[in-house]
Amino acid sequence: MGITFSTSSGPLRALDGVSLAIRPGEFVSLLGPSGCGKSTLLRLVADILAPTDGMISVAGDVPASARRRRAFGFVFQDATLLAWRDAERNILLPLEIASDTHNARQRAQRLLELVGLAQFGGAYPWQLSGGMRQRVAIARALITEPQILLMDEPFGALDEITREYMNLELLRIWEATRTTILFVTHSSPEAVFLSDRVVVMGTNPGRVKLDLRVELSRPRDPAMKETVEFARHTAALRRALVGETRPA
Amino acid sequence: MGAVQVAARVAPTRRASPTTRLLVPALGILGVLSYWELHIRFFKVPAYLVPAPSLIAQTFVEEWPTLQRNLGATVIEAAGGFFIGNAVAILLATLFVHNKTMERTLFPIAVAVRTVPIIAIAPILVLLLGNGYAPKIVIAALISFFPTLVNMVRGLEAVEASALELMRVLSATRRQILFKLRLPSSLPFLFAALKISTASSVIGAIVAEWIGADTGLGYLIVVSTFEFRTGLLYATTAVASFLALGLFLAIVVLERLVIRWQPEAPKR
Repeated sequence: MGITFSTSSGPLRALDGVSLAIRPGEFVSLLGPSGCGKSTLLRLVADILAPTDGMISVAGDVPASARRRRAFGFVFQDATLLAWRDAERNILLPLEIASDTHNARQRAQRLLELVGLAQFGGAYPWQLSGGMRQRVAIARALITEPQILLMDEPFGALDEITREYMNLELLRIWEATRTTILFVTHSSPEAVFLSDRVVVMGTNPGRVKLDLRVELSRPRDPAMKETVEFARHTAALRRALVGETRPA
Repeated sequence: MGAVQVAARVAPTRRASPTTRLLVPALGILGVLSYWELHIRFFKVPAYLVPAPSLIAQTFVEEWPTLQRNLGATVIEAAGGFFIGNAVAILLATLFVHNKTMERTLFPIAVAVRTVPIIAIAPILVLLLGNGYAPKIVIAALISFFPTLVNMVRGLEAVEASALELMRVLSATRRQILFKLRLPSSLPFLFAALKISTASSVIGAIVAEWIGADTGLGYLIVVSTFEFRTGLLYATTAVASFLALGLFLAIVVLERLVIRWQPEAPKR
């Protein structure tokens, strides 16, 4: 019920020979420089893009069927909220599109509480801070109760303090929902702090360079970032990344 | 002592009070009118060339029944043309966004229609449609149509790529994408176009009345010019301006009612 895929060369070779399997409930980060195809990979899983060849299985299905039965939610780098809808109605959008009105408002309210915005259901996107907008986007992705959450650099546009706070919030939400998370980032500390596994990708063409299991206990605590263990993980990721960018 | 020391206070920017904001332009208008009045009295400019503001005001009151009757006709033509022209533009823009072949076929025709001067089309339409409301409404519609078509196409296409990806992930139908994403996000573009259309539809109706009409503000302008009733000519022109202004303000109010999700609209 996780995600598996393996692709081989296509004409553009955005991705080449990427093979990856993610277990249910696992938190996996895709780490890599710009242009390594990590966002492309996420879009293949989400059936936003189609692979030239290869096989992708999402929650036991081809991506198109998984998308239609709403097996996954997607969180974009910019919150992508609809400006003319308040927070609650943004969260309700997936249910409206699925014509699933059963207890819709109660479900939206529960999610507003889960993401810590219980009082902000009536606020429009322009009235919310960047971090709050991203929480609304996460709530919107969760309202269809997906098995998998796909996140494309969701905190990339936030300042460092807000980002650290959002990381903690995301772990809390993940522990409350037990969703499988595939998380794209270009920050090694963020990847180590959040994940069970970090997959480092390289460019030209995109491929997997390192698949690192994170040996830190749960629940994670920001104090862990100052430990030798944490530094050992980020150093391993850095070596894999820098090896990539060194001129040939 | 440090290299940089800061001890500062920033006062909030002050906005002009509502009375000042109304008073200053009112004084400006009053100044122009006073100069106009005095110039005409001092240099004894004949009333058939340029009437004094006082004479225009007097004519306005005396001729109000005539003005009102003719205003009614122009309102019907301008408003009718405004609604028809904009409705067709919105429908066509929606069609264009969903069917590129249709856009490539019809857009050049729309541009071609636009390039023919409205003054040149007016007599043709009067010949075709007679002397009644029909040709005036068609001309007002033609003149309002184009800005709305162009803006609406832009508005419907001005959707963030990630918003379309979101709709894809949510498995939205094209109809849902149109009603839940494209139409709402096009509204600011639509209202910008509608504001342009208000003034143009009045122009369209008046120009059409010049060609052939027995009622309307355009007809009154032609008649009062030929009869050297310059006071009436100026009064009619003022009524035409107020009509355009009234339609414009109606759209501004409608925009405020419809687009409620934005912070205080940027000053234009």
